[in-house]
Amino acid sequence: MSDFELDSQTPKGSLENRWKQHKFNLNIVNPANRKKYNVIVVGTGLAGAAAAASMGEMGYNVKTFCFQDSPRRAHSIAAQGGINAAKNYQNDGDSVWRLFYDTIKGGDYRARESNVFRLAELSTSIIDQAVAQGVPFAREYSGYLANRSFGGAQVSRTFYARGQTGQQLLLGAYQAMSKQVDAGTVVHKSRCEMHDVIMIDGQAKGIVSRDLVTGELETHIADCVVLCTGGYGNVFYLSTNAKGCNASAAWRAHKHGALFANPCFTQIHPTCIPQQGELQSKLTLMSESLRNDGRIWAPKHQQDCEKRPEAIPEHDRDYFLERMYPAFGNLVPRDIASRAVKLICDEGRGVGHAIDGKKLGVYLDFAKAIEKFGLDGVEEKYGNLFDMYQHITAENPYETPMRIYPAVHYTMGGLWVDYNLMTSIDGLFAGGEANFSDHGANRLGASALMQGLADGYFILPTTVSNYLAQQTPIDITKSYPEAQQTLQACQAQLDRLLNAPDPQKTPDEFHRKLGQILWNACGMAREKAILESAISDIQALRKQFWQQVKVTGSDKTLNQTLERAGRIADFFELAELMCIDALTREESCGCHARVEHITDDGEAQRHDDEYAFVSAWQYSGNVSMPVLYKEELHFEFVRPTTRNYK
Amino acid sequence: MIFTLHIWRQHDANSQGNFEQHQIDVSEDTSFLEMLDALNEQLIQTGQEAIAFDFDCREGICGSCNLVINGTPHGKHRATTTCQQYMRDYAGENELWIEPWRATAFPIIKDLIVDRSAFDRIIQAGGYIEIRTGSAPEANTMPVEKHIADHAFDAATCIGCGACVAACPNASATLFVAAKVSHLGSLPQGQMDHQRARKMLLAMDEQGFGGCSNYRECERVCPKEISVSNITTMNKLLYQSS
Repeated sequence: MSDFELDSQTPKGSLENRWKQHKFNLNIVNPANRKKYNVIVVGTGLAGAAAAASMGEMGYNVKTFCFQDSPRRAHSIAAQGGINAAKNYQNDGDSVWRLFYDTIKGGDYRARESNVFRLAELSTSIIDQAVAQGVPFAREYSGYLANRSFGGAQVSRTFYARGQTGQQLLLGAYQAMSKQVDAGTVVHKSRCEMHDVIMIDGQAKGIVSRDLVTGELETHIADCVVLCTGGYGNVFYLSTNAKGCNASAAWRAHKHGALFANPCFTQIHPTCIPQQGELQSKLTLMSESLRNDGRIWAPKHQQDCEKRPEAIPEHDRDYFLERMYPAFGNLVPRDIASRAVKLICDEGRGVGHAIDGKKLGVYLDFAKAIEKFGLDGVEEKYGNLFDMYQHITAENPYETPMRIYPAVHYTMGGLWVDYNLMTSIDGLFAGGEANFSDHGANRLGASALMQGLADGYFILPTTVSNYLAQQTPIDITKSYPEAQQTLQACQAQLDRLLNAPDPQKTPDEFHRKLGQILWNACGMAREKAILESAISDIQALRKQFWQQVKVTGSDKTLNQTLERAGRIADFFELAELMCIDALTREESCGCHARVEHITDDGEAQRHDDEYAFVSAWQYSGNVSMPVLYKEELHFEFVRPTTRNYK
Repeated sequence: MIFTLHIWRQHDANSQGNFEQHQIDVSEDTSFLEMLDALNEQLIQTGQEAIAFDFDCREGICGSCNLVINGTPHGKHRATTTCQQYMRDYAGENELWIEPWRATAFPIIKDLIVDRSAFDRIIQAGGYIEIRTGSAPEANTMPVEKHIADHAFDAATCIGCGACVAACPNASATLFVAAKVSHLGSLPQGQMDHQRARKMLLAMDEQGFGGCSNYRECERVCPKEISVSNITTMNKLLYQSS
């Protein structure tokens, strides 16, 4: 791989005018010429469906792909809480500047100012767009839109649709895209997974996909490729992600030269239902909004951990978030809450089921809220969440406190992109959770939906147009030797998975082991020695995987075991890069807590003089020897301070 | 808990299917799909092909999972998707019959997986509000009365799983269509398209779904408790537009 300059294409000048000026400076394609261009969008969640719908409307030929049986099933659908927008409908002092500031600070000063400001600026248009599409946001009795305060924000800027905001926004984007399918500008293929990028003369000019029903590998040529393929939290095996979420599209792009940024930045969400047993296939998130009224506690004394919570008197309970962070209490940001819960459980004060001999859980108690608002009041606010909890655990949270434990939820890391959301591969774009751009080292609540839709509706259509304007349309009917070579390489990978020399273990057995290694080494607390041994453990397990993975069935039919094995093969490589990244970043910031860099009172210690940069990793041909590029972060408008939630 | 399972196996759309019998021992806190995961691990270990079934989010919102368990779409626990059924719900039942959705418009792809893309084609026929990206007015310029917004929301919670079709003796998708028509048609911003209901019902016919004869089985099995009153709302809109 050749050396190159990492250029973020960030505009200069006053922050308010950067996006406006940049849009004006970009090239555009004449409406009559747009139908000459072909764009591929992989992944049709919020970012992908919104981008496809918008570019289809503009008149480009868009081809979309998703591995699910319909775009309506993308995991964006599971987002519960809401979406932020700086509308200031509540007249509580919110503004684009405040949303920008909160997001930069929440991300612990590891995101680009220009990108985050643009995100805050576009947030208001997203709400307009969604409402016009018929997204049924919560309303007040006046008929106007309602807001709530969410995830520790000190203003009420979160728009929500009961606990199903992601579902309603996704359906809005899916319907907008369906309209373009009907209009003929978008051609969609479900149950189809991207296997590789087709590179022609150093540019991304198409993909190889596998039809998951017939098993057939196909090539698709286009003028550019947009990846909106989501995050990689499932590398940990247990996470709140849908089972199908995977890193394969992004990873295969990485192996063609797309830099992977901040891979170790993984958000661990504090309020998830703890693991119940060995067979558990995923973890379920309980909305963060519960922390608005629920109080988190653990027994003060280890000997009380076996008791029923009702039997532990008030003075033997430790409301540890309120004790440690009196100013914010139970509403501290996600990374801080998660770490505190881990700390308590590591002290041996956890409650609930023991996994590997350790009780991993603390109480989230609504007794006080029930006292204050009555049973009905609590039911009205959180009824659906309480039902969900009761259904999964068979415990009634109105009578006994919920048990919660942190779980992997979102990945801030992802493909490195410039201000135009283009990766380091010419013609390859990345939007939504698949890119690294806006959340720094920690994402604030209700910001993921905002970013996915800002990328999809507003940024990608503009920046992709700029790229296309500089390209001569490619002839998609011609056959390209590069496409055939890529297809053959994909076939070889499938053959290898199906014919391990000594097949013994199922893909999931390997995945569970990989997940355990990664959770222990690269989860809520990271430490040099443990990361180093994890890297060698991952390497050894990866070797064993290719020797012993057992995949039954063939590649010529629908074969879910084969699909899974392919995704796990990529997770094995990504996992190593995550540990290398975590090892290299000798500081604590946001979600990334290095045990060696914690202040005396147990807080994360950033080293801005040395680490105020984005780590962008280049594949060198050897997974274990990636090359680090640093994109220095410059803070012209916000002065990095130590986050203090005490 | 030990169960005898009778699971529908079918190699592809064109081959004959049959029930295959298996035994499984799982704890009561195992979810229904985790029980099938465990069975699949055993099958792969013994060199057999895993049972194909659809799933994704496993928290009851994506609409992927779709099993008929002992004759009921999504199984015993009402208002709950297959993935949110737990084995403790099946205590006392030793035998479980597990089948795919059965409807002409949902052809079987493999084992328990069916093709539901007909639902996408119904939405493409008119299940949207025409608004170009970038042309939306300020969101609060059009207030919506809360009871109307709430009604629209109730209809909008449909997850497109297809249980309504699987339960209907006519394999009709009327509840699915009505939910979307009622969601969009009740909101002021969705009232411009007077032909939505007609277009979507026509698409429903073309895709091979049957008509509605008011059995109301759809409502009984809907994991999101979408009410058949949405069909009334749709019929009203249809009448007004004709």
